[in-house]
Order: sequence, then structure tokens, then C-alpha cells
Amino acid sequence: MSSEERNNIFSKFKKLPIDSIPKTILVAITLCLFCSMIVSVAAVKLKSIQQANQLRDKQKNVLQVAGLYAEGINIEETFASFEPRIVDIESGLFTDKFNPKTFNDLKAASDPLLSVALTEDPASIGRRSNYVTIYLLKNNDGTIDKLILPIHGYGLWSTLYGFVALEEDTNEIFGLQFYKHAETPGLGAEVDNPKWKAQWKGKKLRDEYEKLMIQVAKTPGPSDYHIDAIAGATITSNGVNSLVRFWVGEAGFKKFLTNFKNGKT
Amino acid sequence: MSQTRKKLLVDPLVDNNPIALQVLGICSALAVTSSLTVAFVMSLAVIAVTGFSSLFISMLRNHIPTSIRIIVQMTIIASLVIVVDQLLKAYAYEISKTLSVFVGLIITNCIVMGRAEAFAMQNKPIDSFVDGIGNGLGYGLLLMCVGVVRELFGAGSLFGIVILNPVGDGGWYVPNGLLLLPPSAFFIIGFLIWGLRVWKKSQVEEPEFKIQTVEDH
Repeated sequence: MSSEERNNIFSKFKKLPIDSIPKTILVAITLCLFCSMIVSVAAVKLKSIQQANQLRDKQKNVLQVAGLYAEGINIEETFASFEPRIVDIESGLFTDKFNPKTFNDLKAASDPLLSVALTEDPASIGRRSNYVTIYLLKNNDGTIDKLILPIHGYGLWSTLYGFVALEEDTNEIFGLQFYKHAETPGLGAEVDNPKWKAQWKGKKLRDEYEKLMIQVAKTPGPSDYHIDAIAGATITSNGVNSLVRFWVGEAGFKKFLTNFKNGKT
Repeated sequence: MSQTRKKLLVDPLVDNNPIALQVLGICSALAVTSSLTVAFVMSLAVIAVTGFSSLFISMLRNHIPTSIRIIVQMTIIASLVIVVDQLLKAYAYEISKTLSVFVGLIITNCIVMGRAEAFAMQNKPIDSFVDGIGNGLGYGLLLMCVGVVRELFGAGSLFGIVILNPVGDGGWYVPNGLLLLPPSAFFIIGFLIWGLRVWKKSQVEEPEFKIQTVEDH
């Protein structure tokens, strides 16, 4: 097509009566093509930065829950002291079926081959992945210092995603932190309040008879297992209560934690 | 800048504020004003979208068939919003996390559509751009006013910096939880509109009808 012909087509297009059907269709198609091009270019070009952001955010949260985060530290470097491992929830053992570096927990949770539909679903998550990435923080001599377990469940408006850090005895909590949620700022979002989070440190999951005792509640309970619910955020607090109890319970990490404690993993 | 363009830019701030006078874009004003940082970024996003959507729509205004004009406007606005959303996710990740769905909802913000339909379809590109930016600024200004009240009295801080030390952190200020909930923005916007109309009498609308007493007949 010569440039003259092209100009010709262009001017023909311009001269078409504005409300004619050919013009309407042409405008619609051109616009859609153009806009979709811009949108896809933006999405593709920025994808790597966005993924890096998400990864850094997750790493930062693992560091925070393990108490290793401080303003201005090199997140990647500090994160290297964690060993990611994948746990098979059904058997309660570590598995080497997947590479922890590339394993996608979110995808696994919706993959029918890797997850199970829950009949009893206190955390309102629908399906639970059978394979979950956990992080082990090791001491310099190679012994385990802390276990970082991912948890998630529904609050009032949103699914809360977070981590719980356990001491090596698998019963004492070191910390709890959510990295993604959309609860009401000032009310439910107070799960991010450092003062509230500080309550979790030193609390225990189970009593000496292996009964699951940890509880977020308004009414005070045995101090070793009791977390004060957030004022004005009953449903979020209930959600956190159910999701923590679900994930450390029988349908969650219970088997793994027992195995781990007995050195059977 | 010529006098008309300046008027286009400044008018929507107070004299013809999109939220206060035209009462458009209320929904997002309720949702994103509980913290100032979020309100600020949201304002920037809306300013960019109204400005550029008006510019592009005005550039195309002589070629947009009337039968599909709304959908053409929507397509342009939606594409811009997606680009803004992607940019935020890449360069302001923390804030995009809190804004979450509300950036996407700029598409449904009546101000953007309103300026496209009422101004950009009839005016030159640069004028439309200035008009879009002006209206975005007007929206942003009101958002910031509401945000100051909500964050200061609802959480005791401004831009996340503690001003009134809340009781929860060992201070003396008892935060007003209501202000953090969306309905409070209704009251604040209502009071702002009232205040504005007391100050600028010309904004008071004529009553649409008058209830008459029987004696008058």
C-alpha cells in the first residue's frame, strides 16, 4: 500500500458521516484495539516490578513476624536466613515434591489436585491447600529457632492473610501478623496495631493435655491462652480466632507440629 | 495562561466544586477518606484520570458516533484507570494495597464521566484537559478536607503522624470510632456543603416547589 493510498483511506474515513454504521464500527474497533494495546503494554511492562514488590512485601512480613525486621535493613539478605520448606498437611511431613522457591501457595489453594474442599470450614476459606510453604528460622548452629506458618481466613469484609511464628517447641507463640486484608481502618484493621499484636507473644496454643486452648475473646480466659478481642471489631476478632484455631488445629498444621516436635519430619 | 483557562482550573475548587455543588463522586469520597495518605493518592489518581480522559475524548470528539459515545468514553476512562492502577501497584505498592478496589472504581466516578460528557465533547483538547484537572483538584480538595476531619478525630493522627495521642496507645485522646466508618463522611460532606453555601450564597439552589398555605388562595 503506497502512502498516497493510505492517506486516501484515512481521509475517506475522516469524511464518512459521523453517525454512519461503517464509521461507528470502525471507530469502535480502532478504539478497542488501541486501548487494549495500551493496557496490555502497561500490564506486561510493569509486571516484573509488581511481582518483586509482592515478594518483598511477603518477605518483609515473614521478617516482621519473626521479630527480625527493622527500618532500612536489606530485606533479601536477612530473609536468606530462613529456609522455606513445603509441608504436606495430610501426612504432616515435609515434602520435596515441589521446589519451595517457585511453589505458589495461592495457586495450590485453588487447584483441585492439590487442595481439598472443606466440609467444616470455620475460617470460611472454601478449600484448603494440601501443600503449604512454611519458613524455618535456624540458629547459627543449625538448630531450629522459630517456625513461621502461613494462615488465612475470613474476617468481616475480606480474607486476612498472615503468618504466625512459633517457638521451636511448636506450642509457644512468638508473634502473629497479617500482611493482606481489607478490614475497616481503625476498627478491624487494628489487627495491625503493634500493641494488639504484642499480646500474642508468649501465649501458648495447647495446654499440657494437648487441648487447643488459644482463643481471641472479649471475656477473659486463662491468661496463657487468652488474647483480648479488638474493641469495636467483633466480627474481625471472631474471624482471627477461628482462622488461627483452624490452622493450628486438626485440619491444619496439628499433625505436622506433633511430628515436628517428635523429630519425625 | 489565558483568563478562561484559569477560570476553568480554579472554578471547580470552590465556586463549582464537583462534590459540594454538583454532588457527584460521593461514593468514593466516603470510602477513601478515613486516612489522609490514601485520600491524597486517590485524589492524584482521579486528577490524572479526569485530566487525560477529557484530553483524549476531546481530541476524538469530532469522530465519536453519538450512538456509541458513552461506551467510547467509558473505554477511554477504563483504560486510563487500569494504567493508573498498574502504575500504583508497581511504584506505590503499600498504598495500592490499602486503596485496593477503589482505584478501579474511579471508572464509575460520576465526575470523570460528567466532565467527558458535559465539557470534553464540546470543547478543545487543551481546555478540556485544564477543565478535567480543575475538577480533579476540586474533588481532591474536598477529599482532603473530609480526610483531615476523619483521620484527626477518628484516629488522632494526620498522614499517619500522631497528633492527638489515642488512649489505645497510652495517650489521652478517645478516638471517635464513628468517624472511621463510611457514614461519617456523609455528615462531614453535608456540613461542608452547608458551610460553603452560607459563605457563597449564590450556590444555594432555588427550591423546586413551594408548599403553599390554604389562606394564600
